[in-house]
Amino acid sequence: MYTQALNSSDAEDRGIEDPRAAGFQARIDAEERIEPNDWMPAAYRKTLTRQISQHAHSEIVGMLPEGNWITRAPSLRRKVALLAKVQDECGHGLYLYAAAETLGTSREELVDAMLAGKAKYSSIFNYPTLTWADIGTVGWLVDGAAIMNQIPLCRCSYGPYARAMIRVCKEESFHQRQGYEIMLALARGSAEQKAMAQDALNRWWWPVLMMFGPPDQASQHSDSSTRWKIKRFSNDELRQKFVDATVPQAQYLGLTIPDPGLTQDGDGHWRYSPIDWNEFKQVLAGNGPCNRERIAARRKAHEEGAWVREAAAAYAEKRRHRQVAQAAE
Amino acid sequence: MATPNTPLWEVFIRSRNGLAHKHCGSLHASDATMALQAARDIYTRRGEGLSIWVVPSSAITASDPADKAMMFEPAESKIYRHPTFYEVPDEVGHM
Repeated sequence: MYTQALNSSDAEDRGIEDPRAAGFQARIDAEERIEPNDWMPAAYRKTLTRQISQHAHSEIVGMLPEGNWITRAPSLRRKVALLAKVQDECGHGLYLYAAAETLGTSREELVDAMLAGKAKYSSIFNYPTLTWADIGTVGWLVDGAAIMNQIPLCRCSYGPYARAMIRVCKEESFHQRQGYEIMLALARGSAEQKAMAQDALNRWWWPVLMMFGPPDQASQHSDSSTRWKIKRFSNDELRQKFVDATVPQAQYLGLTIPDPGLTQDGDGHWRYSPIDWNEFKQVLAGNGPCNRERIAARRKAHEEGAWVREAAAAYAEKRRHRQVAQAAE
Repeated sequence: MATPNTPLWEVFIRSRNGLAHKHCGSLHASDATMALQAARDIYTRRGEGLSIWVVPSSAITASDPADKAMMFEPAESKIYRHPTFYEVPDEVGHM
């Protein structure tokens, strides 16, 4: 569903320049895709491993706030849609783990790093889904922001990541549409339902804007990601695109974006008030409303699944022995 | 404790009758049966396939991109393998 902290790569190791680095950059500049067995700078590998695995963790953790409402969806239609969406998020996580693994780190290591709290996932999933309107808002805004971020990633220089993103983007468009449909039903419903939709928008708006990452002047590592064509647009450019696309959608719903400073300038762009980056830092540091709950839920699922993994491995081993024995007869 | 590794499989899907199975991704599973079921769930949630192959990733031998020149150069000079190498007078028509 979502990528964040795209620009949190380590400062590039500029110590020794490998003679192959120039050829690598030339391939990137020529819009060639880099494939797993190709030579690549260690920092490129490291940046991508982190970015793709964080993206994968976000998909998996992102199942929690929505899974919360599957059993309480207001109708069968809403329930099957939400179930399908949560299944998609799981699939997206798996495509992304597979892409990350091509860089040389196993999925198990990546997952263990997330469970140990060493790897991050998108901070947006550390907010709670308090009402049914939150499910609509998550689909409309969180998935909307994710799509804005992910479309340029379909042209990322790393082949397996770009291909995974193409698949994800194809599947993701239904997510945003189902969210907007929920919002539309609530906005056209009773005064109470409309108030519920407005309340969800009020709570999610600012965290969603933070999904695009720190403002351009504060993000230190965009440089190498841009040069390597992992990142095609800056955080602020994507954020602006998102706001411009979303304001008319909110107007159509008859909901108010919780920003008194929101104004349209001469060239049609919607200008928003300053973002509270302190809140963002707090959530990233583990102090968001649900950080502990999310990690605890992932750990519990992982631990409770251990016997299944062990049983499957034991069964595969038994079958392998039997086949060897039969072949020997 | 580190989670033990589960074997990796490559997934190939035939999307329509008459087309070849095409590589679409990879997944982890302990055995072939589970790999097939996981491939169904991960890669064909919207009717993308008519048939699935799963192959242990370890069974694949790949050419080294660094040997690209050596591997494929011999074909580059053999332009006589292409139909356009041969001249046929216009009067003969399409051939």
